[in-house]
Order: sequence, then structure tokens, then C-alpha cells
Amino acid sequence: MNVDFLTASLPALLITVPLFGAFLTPVCGRFLPNARDAWVILTSIVSSAIAVLLAVQVYAKGTIVYVFGAAPGLGTIPADSGGMPIRILFHIDGFGVFMLISAAIVSFAGILYLTVSQSRRSSRSEFYALYLLLVAGIFGMVSTDDLFNFFVFLEINSLAASALTAYHRNGGLAIEGALKYLIINTVGGLMILFAIGLLYAKYNSLNMAVIASQLSLTTLNLLALILLIAGLATKAGVVPFHFATPDAYSVAPSGVTTLMIVASQAGLYGLFRIIFSVYGSMFTPAAVGWIVIILGVLSMFIGVTMAIPQKDIKRLLSYHAVSQTGYMLLGVGTALAIFDDTTLINTFGRMAMEGGLFHIINHALYKGLLFLAVGAVIYRTGVWNLNQMGGLGHKMKWTMIFFLIGTLAIAGIPPFNGFASKLMIYESTFAFNPAIAVIAMVVSILTLASFMKVFHSVFMGPELPEYANVREVPKRMLAGMAILAVFVIAFGFVPDLTVNILIAPAADALLHQEQYILCVLGGG
Amino acid sequence: MIGTLTTGFGVWNPLIWLCGIAASLFLSWLIWQCGESDYEGDTEQTAPYLSGNAEPEKGAVHIRAGNMYWGFTAALKPYYERLIPLHSGIVNDYVSWFLIGAVILFVVVILG
Repeated sequence: MNVDFLTASLPALLITVPLFGAFLTPVCGRFLPNARDAWVILTSIVSSAIAVLLAVQVYAKGTIVYVFGAAPGLGTIPADSGGMPIRILFHIDGFGVFMLISAAIVSFAGILYLTVSQSRRSSRSEFYALYLLLVAGIFGMVSTDDLFNFFVFLEINSLAASALTAYHRNGGLAIEGALKYLIINTVGGLMILFAIGLLYAKYNSLNMAVIASQLSLTTLNLLALILLIAGLATKAGVVPFHFATPDAYSVAPSGVTTLMIVASQAGLYGLFRIIFSVYGSMFTPAAVGWIVIILGVLSMFIGVTMAIPQKDIKRLLSYHAVSQTGYMLLGVGTALAIFDDTTLINTFGRMAMEGGLFHIINHALYKGLLFLAVGAVIYRTGVWNLNQMGGLGHKMKWTMIFFLIGTLAIAGIPPFNGFASKLMIYESTFAFNPAIAVIAMVVSILTLASFMKVFHSVFMGPELPEYANVREVPKRMLAGMAILAVFVIAFGFVPDLTVNILIAPAADALLHQEQYILCVLGGG
Repeated sequence: MIGTLTTGFGVWNPLIWLCGIAASLFLSWLIWQCGESDYEGDTEQTAPYLSGNAEPEKGAVHIRAGNMYWGFTAALKPYYERLIPLHSGIVNDYVSWFLIGAVILFVVVILG
């Protein structure tokens, strides 16, 4: 087995390694319990390293198209297939690796944190196995070019996330939250499956590029699009499909919620991939663009206003997750609304799209950091109610600093990463429609106000007698937070490099549907 | 220059912003240095004056989360009275909202 073969097999290893790691974790826990934590951390490191290596390959050489089961060099279309790709393909372009990098960073930080925060719990081997399955589900969703394959990874994603939410019961609340998440995502998943069935019946293929190359404007295709949008919006937690999201996020272990943010964003990936790469300019983009914008504005406003009166700290953060998803939809929706006008796209549409995409990775990092910091507070105090907290900054200085970094980033305060992406969204949407930009800014002010409340009521004030014995969390939990904090600061300090290296290729991948089709149908 | 993000309508550079903040802090420190140093900690000078009443224990005056932004939620009471019940926690309601959302999307796209 040489290096070239391994390098060429990286797309397959991307899924194989976390799956292999997941299935071996209970075995390791049974026979080598002392080595289990090291095993899951090692699996996570290798999985994340594969994702980063793939990113390096894509940025250096361009899109990777990997055909499962085909000999190298044979291409995507077998000679006897009638000109149609019949094998499962992985199509990893700028948008895919962008999501892979986000998942790689967050999943590694999460597992570092969880191996300590869950150390008091039982049945951890199966818990870590589910975590690695969730990682495999996310990686698969953002890599595959096959619609049914996408659905399978989506189901792995949803089932693993639900199971992880329910795994460590919290007086029945966790099971209730997990069941709601499972039921709603299953309904969404069924709609997606129905839409895939419609497209398959019509085009005799499950390959996204094949469908994109043959798609026509019919009512049935529009019905499939609506079902896909509704199903994927449910996964992404977009208003009015968001109801189960805060219920699940607020009761899951914090390290799991951190990864569930990325799992939801994989739904957002699917949404953008379907709209831009599969449907592209086939339909009238303004109508769908405005739908995405309105969903974004609703998510932003309802998310933040629901967050403000919350007393449960994790539920408050969960509603902010819904709110932040709105910014991503707003940016990308603005670009979609003017998709067929090249002049407007070049003037501000591309900036809007880059802002929306930049906010995806920023949100994964700072919201992950906030959930980990809040999880650290709960880990030490056992309290979820904001009204019962106070003065913890005296005892948990590092946690307080990490929480403050996350707070400033989510509120869009310079120089953190949230400011850069929000600035891009504000300026581009202002050029499109000033009223929408004003709403986005008001939501940002409300976000700052909400987090000032949280920061003050958790960390500020005099030391409270009930928390006299509280101390800082173990170093490995701090390390998980530190990893995310470093990226939050780094992306904020070099926004130009981040946009040029990570975001621009992702935007290009979405804006150029013809290249997407050519990559798959034009050869492997 | 490293860090300069061009937005199409302007530029943003966090390094320049940090230099500006550092300069502002330095200027503030210079002004503060010009003041009279008559501050004495832990004396009556630093104690709050509460109309002659004794100062309560520190723990008793901590403003809890429930006391913050009550004015905001009170002012938006009609809005919250409609919004919060929608988040009922009942799965049947959630599925209904999914269907309502999907139907609205379908109507808008078909008409659009």
C-alpha cells in the first residue's frame, strides 16, 4: 500500500475511519477500558486530519470526484452504463471541504471535552461510538454526490444525534427532547426521501449532477424542491421548522450540542447544494431567493426574541442558534434573489453569499465555544437556571474568558470572527434592501443584550455562598474550549485570508453550476 | 495589508482597529494620570450611600437574570403572549407547523 493509493483513497477513508472507530470503540471499552478514551481521541484526530488533507488537495488541485468501487482512472461513467454514472460518487469541492474543515475542528474539540465531562457517566463506549457515527454522518452528507446516499447519511446524522441527546437522561427531559428531535427530523427526512423518489422516477438517476444536467421546470420538480427545502430546513432548525431544535439542544450534553450545531449546518449545506448546484438557474431564482430571505429574517428575529426571556441557559443558547442560522440564510438568500443578474452578483451578491457562508463556520466555532463554556458551568454547579447563578467568574476564570470571547463573537463585536461575517452581510443586504439590513443589525443588538444578561448573571457579581466549593474544570475540557477560541480569534484577525482561502472557493462552487456538472459528467 | 477585508463598499482591518483601541486606551491613561490621587480604598470614601441605611450583604444585592430586561418583555407582552404558546412542546403542533410551512412554500413557489 503506497502513499499515492492512500492519498487517492482519502474520500473513502473520510467515512471509513470514523465508522471503523465507532464500531471498535465498544470492543475497546470491553477489553481495554483504560485505552478507550485515547482510542476515540485518536480516531477523531485521524478523521479530522483526513478532512484537512482533503481540503489541502482540493485547494491545490481542484475538485475531487471519487468513484466507489471503480479502478483508478476509469472515470465516473462506465463504458457499458449508457452514459450515466451508476456507482456512488463523492464530489468534494470548495463548499464540501469548507464544511469538512468546520466539522473537523468542532468534532475534535468536542471529543476532547466529552472524554472528561462524561467521565462520571456509565456506558461511555456506546456514547463515543454514537459520537463518531454522527461525525461520519456529517462527513458523508457534505461529500456525497448521490441523493439517496445523502439521505442515508442524513438519517445516520439524525439518529446518532437523537440517541446522543437521550443517552444520559436528565429526569426524562433528555428523552423527551430527543424524541421530538427524532420525530420531526424523521418527518423532514421522509419528505426528502419522497422528493428523491420523484426525481429518480423522472430522471432514472440518483446522481445530483445527472439530475442537474437534465432538470426542467415542471410542477413535479418544483414540488420536489419544496419538499427538499422543508426537510432540510427542519434539519437546519429554520423558522417555522425549528420547534424541536431548542428542545433537543438544551438537554443534550454540551459537547454533543456543539457537534449538533455542525450536524444542523450539514442540513444547510444540503439546502444550498440542492438550490444552487441541482436546480441552479433552472427556476426563477428571485422567488426562491425571497423565500430563503424571509425564512432567514423570521429565524433571526423569532430566535433572538425567544432567547431573551429564557431562564434555562442552554435553551437560551439554543434559540440563539436558530437566530444565527437566519444570518446565513439572509446572506445566501440575497445572492440567490439576484442570481440571474450578473452585474448585481458582481456588485454585492457574491459578497452576500460569502458573508452567509463565512457565518456558517463562524457560528460553528463560537456557538460551539459558548455551549462548551456553559457545559463547564453546569459540570461544576449542576445548575441550568440563570436565576440561580452568579459570581462564578471568581472561581472559573478560564471558562469566563472563553465565554466572553464567544459572547463578543456572536454579538458581532470587533475584532472577533462574527463581526467580519456580519459586516459582509450588513453591507451587501443594505445594497439589496436597507430594511432587511436594519433588521439584521437590530437582531445583533438584541443578541448582545441577551448575552450581556447571561454573562452578568453567570460570572459577574459577588461570590455566592452556594458556589464556595466550585473550581475550574479539568484542563482537557479547557483545551476543547481553547481550540475553538483560537479559531474564533484567528478568523477575526485575518478575515481576508479566511475569505480568500476558505470562503471564496465555497462561493465559487455554488455560483458555477456548470462546473459542478462538468466535474462529474466530464470525467473523474 | 494582512487582515484587510474589502467588502465592496468599504474595508475592515482588525489590526488597525486594535492599534486605534490601544491608542485610545493610552490617551485615557494619560488623562487619568493627570488627575489628583486622593482615592483611598477600603475607607468610607468608597462605601455606597443608601440614604443612611446599612449596606446589604454582597450576595443579597446580586442582580439575577430574572430581574434583567423585564421592561423589554413587558413592553412586548402582546407579542410574547402569542409567540411563546406556539412553542408548546407538543410534537403534534410541531408537525402541524412543518406542514403549514411546506404548504406555504409550495403555494409561493408555484405562484412565483
